[in-house]
Amino acid sequence: MSRKPYIRTLSSTSWWLAQPRYIRYMAREVSCVLIGAYTGVIVVGLLRLSEGANAWAGFVAAMQTPASVVFHLLALAFALYHTTTWFNVTPKAMPLQFGDTQVPGSIIIGAHYAGWIVISAALLLLAGV
Amino acid sequence: MSLRTFELEIMRYDPDKDSEPRFETFSVPCEEDWVVLDAVNYVKDNLDRTLSYRWSCHMAVCGSCGMMINGEPSLSCKTFMRHMPDKIRIEPLANFPIERDLVVVMDDFMDKLASVKPYLVAKEKKAVEDGSYLQSPAQLKKFKQYTLCINCTLCYSACPQYALGEGFVGPAALALAHRYNLDSRDVGRSARADVVASNEGIWECSFVGACSEVCPEHVDPAGAIQQTKIASTLDYFKDLITPGRDK
Ligand code: SF4
Repeated sequence: MSRKPYIRTLSSTSWWLAQPRYIRYMAREVSCVLIGAYTGVIVVGLLRLSEGANAWAGFVAAMQTPASVVFHLLALAFALYHTTTWFNVTPKAMPLQFGDTQVPGSIIIGAHYAGWIVISAALLLLAGV
Repeated sequence: MSLRTFELEIMRYDPDKDSEPRFETFSVPCEEDWVVLDAVNYVKDNLDRTLSYRWSCHMAVCGSCGMMINGEPSLSCKTFMRHMPDKIRIEPLANFPIERDLVVVMDDFMDKLASVKPYLVAKEKKAVEDGSYLQSPAQLKKFKQYTLCINCTLCYSACPQYALGEGFVGPAALALAHRYNLDSRDVGRSARADVVASNEGIWECSFVGACSEVCPEHVDPAGAIQQTKIASTLDYFKDLITPGRDK
């Protein structure tokens, strides 16, 4: 009897299609590309704003094209997915224990959502909405 | 008890005859309360005595009967036939070399487990007659969940980073290192850091989270790894601010 262990190979490009949980993971990873692109758009907007009224009007017009609206919707969807998936795993990364009692995960997650709402409201208030 | 017949498609590999694994199908009449392990045992007892696989306790304690069941890393003693479709595909645990049939080579896991010093490193050794190292229930609670690991390696089978990344120490070993690092009686954290906080350790993990989803004991190795990342980042900054600090 001889030993001849067999090694199965895994495709380095399509492994993530094997299971829904890997697809969800890839979606979370890809979300940062859209968030990055959106940040780029904001930076360009700021640049245009600094260049005067005409440049800013051109930027606003570009933002109203169908392609731009679709991009923003996509970016929003991925940003929400990114944020909620990370919020939901925070109790794993940052568990809290006071004495003998462990703080329930729902409270840690809830605190993140509460912080999100407070900061968003403060920003909207600051922007005069 | 009612009988239902299942088709078991089992991966076979005989290193003496086969150049690669193949599938063989067996019809197995199963009783209502059977788990997949019972069905596999039926094959061995009645249909093909050469079928090789590991098992021992039949109660999710020994951690040896892990298999891919319809593509999911599972303990075959904990997976009920009554929840299964009529046709089941059974393969050896993914991401490990196949020794024979459903038996995989676990040497790599064993080496990695040993590399994180998964035992108590006490400040000073106590003689037995001096009694045990004391610990409060609150101190125990901090790490108790990570003591529940049964070394079944389902988490390694679920982890794409272990499959793709060269040398990743992997979920269970890192969770066990975290278990001892959190133990109030232990002082081995910096000795473990060489392996744990290396590129092949926690930093190879990209938080897919599959390990925690498949873990039959709810150890949550993914959580342990993220906590270790935070602790090791804090260590880095503490070292920057106070070089040569007492660890
Ligand atoms: S962490 Fe869970 S899945 Fe991994 S070896 Fe331990 S018990 Fe098994």
